[in-house]
Amino acid sequence: MREVVLTPKEQPPYGLIAECISCDVFAGRSIEEIEALPVYYGNRQGKLGDFFDVAGEPADKAGELRIIIEGDVTKTRWIGRDMSAGEIVIKGSADMYVGAWMSGGRIVVEGDVGTFSGMQMRGGELHVKGSAGDYLGCSYRGEWRGMSGGRIVVEGNAGAEVGQNLNGGRIFVRGSVDTFAGVRMKKGLLVVGSAIDRVGAQMTGGAIVVLNGVQRLLPGFDPAGDVENPEIEGESFEGVFRKYTGDHAERNARGVLYIKV
Amino acid sequence: MRLILRNGFVYDPLNGINGEKMDICIENGKIVEDVKDAKVIDCSGKVVMPGGVEIHSHIAGGKVNTGRIMRPEDHLKNVMPKTRLTRAANGYSTPSTFLTGYLYAKLGYTTAFTAAMPPLMARHTHEELHDIPMLDKGALTLMGNNWFVMRYLKRGDVELAAAFAAWLLRAAKGYAIKVVNPGGGEAWGWGRDVRNLDDPVPHFDITPREIITGLTRVNEMLSLPHSIHLHANNLGRVGNYLTTLETMELANGTKPARERQVVQLTHVQFHSYGGDSWRTFASEAESIAKAVNSKDNVIVDVGQVVFGDTTTMTADGPMEYYLSSLTGLKWSNRNIELETSPGVTPFIYSKRSPVAAVQWAIGLELALHIKDPLKVLLTTDHPNGAPFFRYPTIIAWLMSSRYREETMKEVHGAAQRNTTLATIDREYDFYEIAAVTRAGQAKSLGLAEKGHLGAGADADVAVYDINPEEVDPSRDYKLVEERFSATSYTIKDGEIVVKDGEIVKVVNGRTLYVDAKVDSELERELERDLDYYFKRFYSVNLANYPVQEVYLTRPTPIEVKTNVR
Ligand SMILES: [Zn+2]
Repeated sequence: MREVVLTPKEQPPYGLIAECISCDVFAGRSIEEIEALPVYYGNRQGKLGDFFDVAGEPADKAGELRIIIEGDVTKTRWIGRDMSAGEIVIKGSADMYVGAWMSGGRIVVEGDVGTFSGMQMRGGELHVKGSAGDYLGCSYRGEWRGMSGGRIVVEGNAGAEVGQNLNGGRIFVRGSVDTFAGVRMKKGLLVVGSAIDRVGAQMTGGAIVVLNGVQRLLPGFDPAGDVENPEIEGESFEGVFRKYTGDHAERNARGVLYIKV
Repeated sequence: MRLILRNGFVYDPLNGINGEKMDICIENGKIVEDVKDAKVIDCSGKVVMPGGVEIHSHIAGGKVNTGRIMRPEDHLKNVMPKTRLTRAANGYSTPSTFLTGYLYAKLGYTTAFTAAMPPLMARHTHEELHDIPMLDKGALTLMGNNWFVMRYLKRGDVELAAAFAAWLLRAAKGYAIKVVNPGGGEAWGWGRDVRNLDDPVPHFDITPREIITGLTRVNEMLSLPHSIHLHANNLGRVGNYLTTLETMELANGTKPARERQVVQLTHVQFHSYGGDSWRTFASEAESIAKAVNSKDNVIVDVGQVVFGDTTTMTADGPMEYYLSSLTGLKWSNRNIELETSPGVTPFIYSKRSPVAAVQWAIGLELALHIKDPLKVLLTTDHPNGAPFFRYPTIIAWLMSSRYREETMKEVHGAAQRNTTLATIDREYDFYEIAAVTRAGQAKSLGLAEKGHLGAGADADVAVYDINPEEVDPSRDYKLVEERFSATSYTIKDGEIVVKDGEIVKVVNGRTLYVDAKVDSELERELERDLDYYFKRFYSVNLANYPVQEVYLTRPTPIEVKTNVR
């Protein structure tokens, strides 16, 4: 694999729209061409090279390329948007929309990511070693067809509405999540450490697994007995889990919620 | 500006010109016989038609904006940055106002009527129309569930109903009488609908039949430029073709006050459904077409479906509720006081869906089974069947049975089994395309200076880069589709506004509205009623209701002499 290294220079005080940071876009471009890719901030347009030093060896195909971002880019948004192959390693934290609409490849973030990361992902993997903001793996505003494939792993915590409208794929959050995890979920798997409340609100399909307890459960979930060492959506879990079906506030709800006892 | 469009193949059905090579001369925004010292545009090897006229498209008003608000995800599509001339724009099924104007102009359209304006929302509608550049505009004005109309017609006071309709058009700056699910909108206020022509409306005790025949009389007494524009009852219901056939009969025996039809049944694709459940859903397009062929005072527009994601929006509140309950998708509903109750919900016409496949076929069947192209106008009921900028695809389907066969292979087999489309060989020629996209619309709307290229017509012209001597649309349908998507030239009021598919000049069109005068004594009687009812029932003051001309771009009243009392 070849590597292109982006070293952040001074970042703007507000959001830097850099959807060009993607293996698909870098592929087949020289270092000079990569530096010249457009970025947007406020109502202005600039070049990627204005905000990053670009070095390394570009590749012809996205799948043969690793992009490394050396350090924090907490104002940079849309990294890896629509990416289909290759790898991005962010050695720090990034802003909103990391990996939105991604269909393949892998993004590793050593720090945190902002809100709407992994939005409507279709494939590939987003691995966050820190924490994620609200709307992790959710759908775009107004859209009812959410994340449909791929895998998101967050080692820290995540905010509200994780996996909203989830329609396939898997999301794992090791730490805690805020309110409305898996809201309106239809398919797929959502695994979280602990949750506050309203888990699975309006879910009609798929499965949610909570490993360290929910503070308050919605009344639309009916208990369906205990299960030991269950296999859920192809993943194995150890221990005894209380199983619920719901959310019966919806018609024909076929969602399943497992809470570790 | 003086122009000569030299040596194009001209298609002008209203003047009987069918592909003759000739020059079109333009001076001071009008078509003229001859012109001197003019700039010459070489149109050899190109198709020249009058500017397109859109007769039914939801491009402005409360519903359209509700659609935009409800569907932020739709604004991710068609994102266009601003240019030196054009504004930033976005939206697919709910395009922004500016984008609406630009896209129509690129298709060669120069006039468009928004399909359903609630009078109470007229100011808002005109504010949106104000921001739609490139086009002459007008608004079909909703009256089929209006309390005044229903009251006057119930007690048989057609004169007062006519006086009210004339006043309402003037107040709302509207162009024609639009009737949507007559009676059903009012019944929806009580959680009900009307399901046949004799189903009485709660509290008004009037029937859809009485509303339709009453407003038909009103329209002809007022001698309005357009006929009544009727969205019949039971839209989108299985087996509704019987209601549609019965509704057509209501025009029997009425003589139009002008040279046009007595009723335009709109988006009739949605009203040509047979079967008795969604499982047995089938086309009755042939029955509808037969009825249209046999009548001389009824025309239809198609309401063609094109596969994809869209937003449905109508003044037919109960129908939108029904649709959203079938799909489970988000839904918006409103009650416009004494006037109407519109609804909005997204819809996806999937190629794999048997229902959508049949709907797609029905629209084309109608266009192909109806013999006279001036009686079947091309619409998608934008955005209900598809966004209007899918017209080029529909034109290509109409011109190529091979293209229809290709599409048929990609869609659910129900299109083959439950419709007659596969048995139809007919292919439109350019003359017929001109008829169903501009000439028929202008004739139906009573726009004497539009839809043709005779001397005295508005100099609204579209030039397409297709050489009819070289291109065989039946085989080269992809080329036809591409070339109808972007004109070589669009000319508006004698100015070149689009060149080679790009906007080169942004102009503001006229806003056409009808100013019909009735007897002054009748008007005073009406005013007493308006005073009383506005105080009692409306949330706005009567004085604040009429829309001032300042809201309109280039306000253009069409004065109408009526024979009311
Ligand atoms: Zn409509």
